[in-house]
Amino acid sequence: MTSVLTQQEYFPGNAMGAASHSARIEVQGVHKSFGTKSVLRDLDLTIEPGEFVAIVGRSGCGKSTLLRLLAGLDTPTAGRVLVDGKPLKGLNTDARVMFQDARLMPWMRVVNNVGLGLNGAWQERAISALADVGLEDRKGDWPAILSGGQRQRVALARALVNQPRFMLLDEPLGALDALTRLDMQALLERLWRERQFTALLITHDVDEAVTLADRIILIEDGKIGLDLRVPLRRPRTHGEPEFISLRQQVLQRVMEG
Amino acid sequence: MSIDATWENEAASRKFSRTKSIDKQFWLGLRRRLLPFLLPVGLLVLWQVLTSHGEVAPQVLPAPLQVFNAAVHLAHTELWADITVSAKRAFTGFAIGAGIGLIMGMINGLSKIGEELMDSTIHMARTVPHLALIPLVILWFGIGEETKVLLVALGVFFPMYLNTYHGMRAVDPGLVETGKVYGLRGFRLFRQVILPAAVPNILIGLRFALGVMWLTLIVAETVAADSGIGYITTNAREYMQTDVMLVGILIYALLGKGADLTARTLEHFLLPWHPTYGTARK
Repeated sequence: MTSVLTQQEYFPGNAMGAASHSARIEVQGVHKSFGTKSVLRDLDLTIEPGEFVAIVGRSGCGKSTLLRLLAGLDTPTAGRVLVDGKPLKGLNTDARVMFQDARLMPWMRVVNNVGLGLNGAWQERAISALADVGLEDRKGDWPAILSGGQRQRVALARALVNQPRFMLLDEPLGALDALTRLDMQALLERLWRERQFTALLITHDVDEAVTLADRIILIEDGKIGLDLRVPLRRPRTHGEPEFISLRQQVLQRVMEG
Repeated sequence: MSIDATWENEAASRKFSRTKSIDKQFWLGLRRRLLPFLLPVGLLVLWQVLTSHGEVAPQVLPAPLQVFNAAVHLAHTELWADITVSAKRAFTGFAIGAGIGLIMGMINGLSKIGEELMDSTIHMARTVPHLALIPLVILWFGIGEETKVLLVALGVFFPMYLNTYHGMRAVDPGLVETGKVYGLRGFRLFRQVILPAAVPNILIGLRFALGVMWLTLIVAETVAADSGIGYITTNAREYMQTDVMLVGILIYALLGKGADLTARTLEHFLLPWHPTYGTARK
């Protein structure tokens, strides 16, 4: 009972009983180095089920490295990653990743891209996932004729159709124009609330972090420099005084580092 | 009244300019379609005029009509048999050489061990022009079918191998990673990600290989054959049948064009998603 209450306190945006749809992620004493250069040092981090965490930091601070470790695309030099208490070995099958480039297969039509890796009667699922991101009518198109925002929406549908319990977002909106980005943020937030997955968003846009995240984490020099809760109600508007002051706080901290 | 008149005038002039622009477009379209033919047709006419008036001896260059007659005559006698023989040699050699090139390119493109074992040797062998092997191959096989097939296979192997290998190596690692994240392994990963990514390069190899195929066959049939188009051409030289020689050369040109068309058609059907080759465009 207490744990449910705490969860609700932590994640006002998410419904209760999120645990089955969402993974709990623990990073314990993780160290990652490439050659002699250490990128992450002795990093500890716990992400609760259903939580939306944004990671900010200057380029080269190790945030993408952390994402790759959590996805199981790389292994830590020391320390370990736990998913629901179990050490992660190899690919994180509970997780799906969205990258800045949508990484659609150019030789597959949109619906086949969404169905990538699915078995059985996947077509219906793929089409309903496309409907979720508002692109059902583009299912027969080649990716080459889509706009950047549409490609990212297809990539989002592709991730969602697998019903991931942990969604890793590596600056997925970084290359989009400002208006498309706002649309995509709203879409991401809506789908996160509906599907209740745990989310980790890497971004260099502090506004985006404050708009979407329950928690903002700043990584500097391979360590956590700031771990800040965002107590604002959703959906958030950029004009609120609390929003502005939070954004200021994070920005200042980033600039200092 | 005067306003009405202006209106009418304007409408009339607009109508006039529209018909004029349609006319203009029609003529432009016609010109675009006809202009490319002007030069070859002109040359043909010039050729006919020069040769039929005896300015050029028919042994040097027979008149186009004479060449046409020779073609008709040949078509009624041995031509089809020879085309069949040549085509059979070309495609047998092509199937063997391109098949091995494709498979080796895939193996070496996918496996580090294969690459380390074979790639440098293949590159070394590539520096030997395959036509330089003609005397040796004749020594081995005489002027039998094996000679031609082997030479074509050798010539076709290298462009096919190199482009397939390069295509396999040039697959975007981000896409391979995505395939893995989405649970594709082994053959499914190959079938859905690596192979389609390599197809544009494989088709470039195919195109080169088709070119090499005809070139090699022409040389091989000219030097060492007792049938086929190259043999017709060489044989015609013995009897000073220049018109027959020209027919042979024209047939090679047509076959080459056919091979090119085949490659283009394949590109169109295998790469519908590609912004350059296919129908998908921004």
